[in-house]
Amino acid sequence: MELYCLSGHPTLPCNVLKFKSTTIMLDCGLDMTSTLNFLPLPLVQSPRLSNLPGWSLKDGSAFLDKELKECSGHVFVDSVPEFCLPETELIDLSTVDVILISNYHCMMALPYITEHTGFTGTVYATEPTVQIGRLLMEELVNFIERVPKAQSASLWKNKDIQRLLPSPLKDAVEVSTWRRCYTMQEVNSALSKIQLVGYSQKIELFGAVQVTPLSSGYALGSSNWIIQSHYEKVSYVSGSSLLTTHPQPMDQASLKNSDVLILTGLTQIPTANPDGMVGEFCSNLALTVRNGGNVLVPCYPSGVIYDLLECLYQYIDSAGLSNIPFYFISPVANSSLEFSQIFAEWLCHNKQTKVYLPEPPFPHAELIQTNKLKHYPSLHGDFSSDFRQPCVVFTGHPSLRFGDVVHFMELWGKSSLNTVIFTEPDFSYLEALAPYQPLAMKCIYCPIDTRLNFIQVSKLLKEVQPLHVVCPEQYTQPPPAQSHRMDLMIDCQPPAMSYRRAEVLALPFKRRYEKIEIMPELADALVPMEIKPGISLATVSAVLHTKDNKHVLQPPPRPAQPSGGKKRKRASEDIPDCKVLKPLLSGSIPVEQFVQTLEKHGFSDIKVEDTAKGHIVLLQEAETLIQIEEDSTHIICDNDEMLRVRLRDLVLKFLQKF
Amino acid sequence: MDPECSQLLPALCAVLADPRQPMADDTCLEKLLDWFKTITEAGSSLLLLQENPCLVELLCHVLKPQDLSSRVLSFSLRLTGVFAAQEDCFQYLQQGELLPRLFGEAGPLGGAAWTAPTVRSGWIQGLRSLAQHPSALHFLADCGAVDTIFSLQGDSSLFVASAAGQLLVHILSLSMRGLAEGPPGLQADDWPPCAQKIVGHIEESLRSTATPQITQALNVLTTTFSHCHDPWTQVLWVRLHPLVAALLEKDPVPAAHSLVDLLLSVARSPGLSSSSCGLWETLAQTVSHLSPTQAGLLALGILKLQDCPQALRAQAFAVLLQPLACVLKATAQGPGPSGLLDSTAADSVTADMLPPSKAACVGLLCRTLAHLELLLPLPQRPCPWPQVPLLGAAVTLLQLCGGSGSPASDAGRQLCALLLGCVRVQRAALDFLGTLSQETGPPELVTQVFAVLLEYLRSPDSSPTVLKKAFQATFRWLLSSPRTPGCSDLDSDAVLFLRELLPVLQKRLCSPCWEVRDSSLEFLTQMTRRWGGQAGFRHALLASEVPRLTEQLLRDPESYVRASAVTAMGQLSSQGLCVPSAGPEHPGGQQKSLLGELLHILSADSEGFPRRAVMQVFTQWLRDSHADVVGDTEQFVAGVLQVAGQDLDWEVRAQGLELALVFLEQTLGLSRSHCPYAVTPPVAAPAGPLTQALQSLCRVRLFEFAFRALFDCDRPVAQKSCDLLLLLRAKTASSSSLQEPRSSPDVASVEAALQRWRAGDQAQPLGDLEPEVVLAVLRSMDLEGLRGALAESSDHVEKSPQSLLQDMLATVGIRGENEADCY
Repeated sequence: MELYCLSGHPTLPCNVLKFKSTTIMLDCGLDMTSTLNFLPLPLVQSPRLSNLPGWSLKDGSAFLDKELKECSGHVFVDSVPEFCLPETELIDLSTVDVILISNYHCMMALPYITEHTGFTGTVYATEPTVQIGRLLMEELVNFIERVPKAQSASLWKNKDIQRLLPSPLKDAVEVSTWRRCYTMQEVNSALSKIQLVGYSQKIELFGAVQVTPLSSGYALGSSNWIIQSHYEKVSYVSGSSLLTTHPQPMDQASLKNSDVLILTGLTQIPTANPDGMVGEFCSNLALTVRNGGNVLVPCYPSGVIYDLLECLYQYIDSAGLSNIPFYFISPVANSSLEFSQIFAEWLCHNKQTKVYLPEPPFPHAELIQTNKLKHYPSLHGDFSSDFRQPCVVFTGHPSLRFGDVVHFMELWGKSSLNTVIFTEPDFSYLEALAPYQPLAMKCIYCPIDTRLNFIQVSKLLKEVQPLHVVCPEQYTQPPPAQSHRMDLMIDCQPPAMSYRRAEVLALPFKRRYEKIEIMPELADALVPMEIKPGISLATVSAVLHTKDNKHVLQPPPRPAQPSGGKKRKRASEDIPDCKVLKPLLSGSIPVEQFVQTLEKHGFSDIKVEDTAKGHIVLLQEAETLIQIEEDSTHIICDNDEMLRVRLRDLVLKFLQKF
Repeated sequence: MDPECSQLLPALCAVLADPRQPMADDTCLEKLLDWFKTITEAGSSLLLLQENPCLVELLCHVLKPQDLSSRVLSFSLRLTGVFAAQEDCFQYLQQGELLPRLFGEAGPLGGAAWTAPTVRSGWIQGLRSLAQHPSALHFLADCGAVDTIFSLQGDSSLFVASAAGQLLVHILSLSMRGLAEGPPGLQADDWPPCAQKIVGHIEESLRSTATPQITQALNVLTTTFSHCHDPWTQVLWVRLHPLVAALLEKDPVPAAHSLVDLLLSVARSPGLSSSSCGLWETLAQTVSHLSPTQAGLLALGILKLQDCPQALRAQAFAVLLQPLACVLKATAQGPGPSGLLDSTAADSVTADMLPPSKAACVGLLCRTLAHLELLLPLPQRPCPWPQVPLLGAAVTLLQLCGGSGSPASDAGRQLCALLLGCVRVQRAALDFLGTLSQETGPPELVTQVFAVLLEYLRSPDSSPTVLKKAFQATFRWLLSSPRTPGCSDLDSDAVLFLRELLPVLQKRLCSPCWEVRDSSLEFLTQMTRRWGGQAGFRHALLASEVPRLTEQLLRDPESYVRASAVTAMGQLSSQGLCVPSAGPEHPGGQQKSLLGELLHILSADSEGFPRRAVMQVFTQWLRDSHADVVGDTEQFVAGVLQVAGQDLDWEVRAQGLELALVFLEQTLGLSRSHCPYAVTPPVAAPAGPLTQALQSLCRVRLFEFAFRALFDCDRPVAQKSCDLLLLLRAKTASSSSLQEPRSSPDVASVEAALQRWRAGDQAQPLGDLEPEVVLAVLRSMDLEGLRGALAESSDHVEKSPQSLLQDMLATVGIRGENEADCY
């Protein structure tokens, strides 16, 4: 059993598990931090961005100045943003049988895999995962396609040139494999390969293994997966949460008794408590707005935004912010808000019960009804006429490299009254802000990551007790910036096995058993014999029939029938010859009694030596050795077949036959 | 006893003795018992029993085998004890064999009733009351009660067990009191038999291997030494001391907590000269034997003792400091002493001396901090006080809890993992840090203190209670920060700190958690009150958004926050720190004055707290001659009194009287000083002629307000009004110019109106009053009488014994009727 690790990002995993005869890809995360190296894509021509100076090497050569621009000491690629794909060379991805998706953030690389690697298998995901994943992809494609950029820089990727670049470009990994965003057509094609599943649904893969999604509590439709055969169980935990937010709570019990637990997608900000961060978010928002400033919240169109809107729903009246407009701008804003309301069965209990009242499960419906929250597909159109300040704007993309957020950063960045509040933990906010420097607006970092923290993980592991834990290497030591925080790592026994990008891990357990079914008529014909109290044995003569990874013992064909010559001939061709078998032996040979018997039969000068595994009976006169071990007996005599047979018969007297 | 009560008593006794009429409410039995106690304390019990034979009959009756409720049985046992406390009555009851039948083997002791804890408790309390004279001691010895008491020490009911222990102490002390010739010797024979029996039992228990028995013995001794200080207690201690000391040789020390209590009560007992009986040695031994978790309380107790040897104090202090020394050791960047303990003790301290489990470690640290906090203000606190290392320890603990500590060692990292985010330790450490502000520290450490406080105030993970404590500690440290004694200004470092603090405060004022907004406002009020006049503070505050945000919180949905915002705004306004509001809520709109806004809250807020706060602010403004008030004080007072008079909350009305009083004093030119030693100006502020003053009071309708309050259904309001009117009457009594004949028609109509008000009909206003009329009405009213009536507690009529007896009979009567109905 092997694990091929195609992504180095602990929260955007992409691993391939080879288990029995199946090849299963676990998640398909797309590392978008690569886009931070690119200049933002402004919606309208930005004089500031277009006038940035080109970057030149130390020796003054300026051949890169068209591709690289400098802003406040940082160098950016002036090109269409590109993404860092999972490894495609480590394993032939056309051999992947299925892809299991755990949540909508972990499927963003799907079109690259399904459309460009010869993949012919099936993708399994829950319905909300697919629907919201589609929204995220649609938004991404839309953000990038609506501002076409003529230039596509590639010179800087040359290895010899990359060496000369300043950090972080110099250290960027595998830049040659970075790819531009996929198209909507590829998205549709990729999504068409998905088969929808529900929690606890058992899906057979070629009869060899069974996979089951379980609620993971992190996002709408997010799941952990159990991959099991009759005797082995692998749990795949990716992006789980024990906090009470909107999704269904995490199913922990089903993870028990795993041989291997693959643990990914823990919180990216283990030191920030989501509750404290939400309070911080509200306080800073109110403070800014009361001072007459605007608040910009770069965010994804789904996920934490639902919880934030719910908090604000409770908070705005008490904070006297009822008159402040909240804008949600995204090409998929409308769909996201509406979708969230229809996935009742995937929601937490509280929200489910609301549906029966009937009330919309999320209070953002009321915010929309009362005109406190307005949503627009983009800045163009209605928004420009409705726009009123001071206000709060939720918009994408959290990387600040594309989407409507770029416009607001340019618009509001110059005033210290305004505030940008980062809530998504996926991008370093300082790097995200780099191309906007110098910046007067206030920046607040309130990362809200509801995924498991290390305290919760340690409780979880104590609870479910897996034999082995496998996790990204980042989780096996404290974060570099806080090396004394021994609490910020996975602590379990035996220590967790760690993996890194492009590594193949042999999982530390061997398959020992395979289940074989026996046909009833064959079972009827068996005659067990008790050889020890409680243990009976029977010999079986049968045909092992294997199909779809299921093994069945069937009765052997009847001996040849005299009639129907043709048929008989055909039957005898198909069925292997069944020889008459020698009886099987069992039991052990008591050495002392055996020696006595030998003496009775006229052997003298017998010596017995003890060995590590048993005994050697030496018949010195006959120059013969009888080696008696637990599971074998050898008679070694020099070409005296008669003697051997005599001795063999004496040995056999002590054994049972059946 | 009143004849009326005597008449009711037989019926009541009959009811009590009737098992078919159970008492629903046993509080009346308690009241009845209290009543009998007062009667017997004032007169002869014997006479009482002879005059009311029904009582003895009741006591005899409960002895009959029947289904009597355990409450009545318990009551009877206690009542008997109350009667038998007087020796002649005891003899009388003895003659009738009543006592042995009630308290001896033949009584409830062996019966089924004994299973009820209330009966066992009644038995003990009965004996406790009874045991007052030598005859009682004989009786106890004869009926074998002491043995029963011994066994009751282990009773399943904690109340019974504890009462049994106390009874033993009482009997011991009673029997020792009988000794004529000084304290007894150490020999057993010298002791009275009863005392000997009890002491013997204690000795036996101390030798026992069962911890509960040892605990019982130790508890009895603790009570003995804390209540009896006669010379014999010293002999008792000398006698038992070896046994107590022997407990220390066991591992683990049994009943450590009780042992600590005993040793401390012995050490505190004035009857013992501690030096002579090896107490100090035992204490020293105990401190070193007990685990750090058990020894803390003992160490604190030792340090609180007045005349304790220095070596023992040092040892106790070292034990108390040890957990913090461990913390400092675990987090020390390099080797070297932390300075908390002397070098020898410091070497033996290792970080792993702290308990490994989170709960135990947190408990120990919290207790240690609390003990040190108690110790700091005491005059006998250890000297020199290790202020610097203690400050360091408090800061370190806070850093560890907050996640900002960076311990270098493994032990430190483990401690960090244990304490991270622990609210209990955070609270205790912040309290302790605040207390440490009474002393100062080296500047770099004080900088660290402010840094860690700022970290807590900033941290989004600080819980509301932690935040509140952080605010309190910050205020205390700011108070202590001026370097020049006697100067109340903030020093430059504090002003720099303030610049960092205000943005935090701004954010906290916008917190979604109301507790946080509330404590931020309280903190702001405290700061403004203290430094509102200081330029550095004013400048920093006015440059921030804090005043404007505070103003917005006047409209907070949470009433507590509104109340705190009112107080804060009142304070800011008093100091001239309010800025005109032009927030986003009403941009460009008409600016509302704070006075108008507060008046609006007073008249319209649905909750009491903000309205009370407004009244307090107004009173303070009037006292301080606030600019908004001085302009037209009469109009202000008239407006406020009119609104306050109609308020449903009595505290608002009472506060209205406070405001009226301030106005009255100002108008009459009275200087009111709360401090009797305060220097009063030789000449009171020139007040206008009395008539003018009274006219002013009439114009603001102060009298209508006060008269209405006089008949208020809430007593404190009526009392306050009564005091106010009495003051006014006293001040005007000397003035002859206003003496008018009493019987003018105006006076009569006002008096008539007041009569109606008194009867509850307050609809009709008094109209415009003339000073003369008011004075005449005041003179005619029996204000002293009213004050006397108001001073009586509200249930004084219902509290008489007669009413108690009637009530008890009535309840039974009603129950009987109901039963009949049901039947």
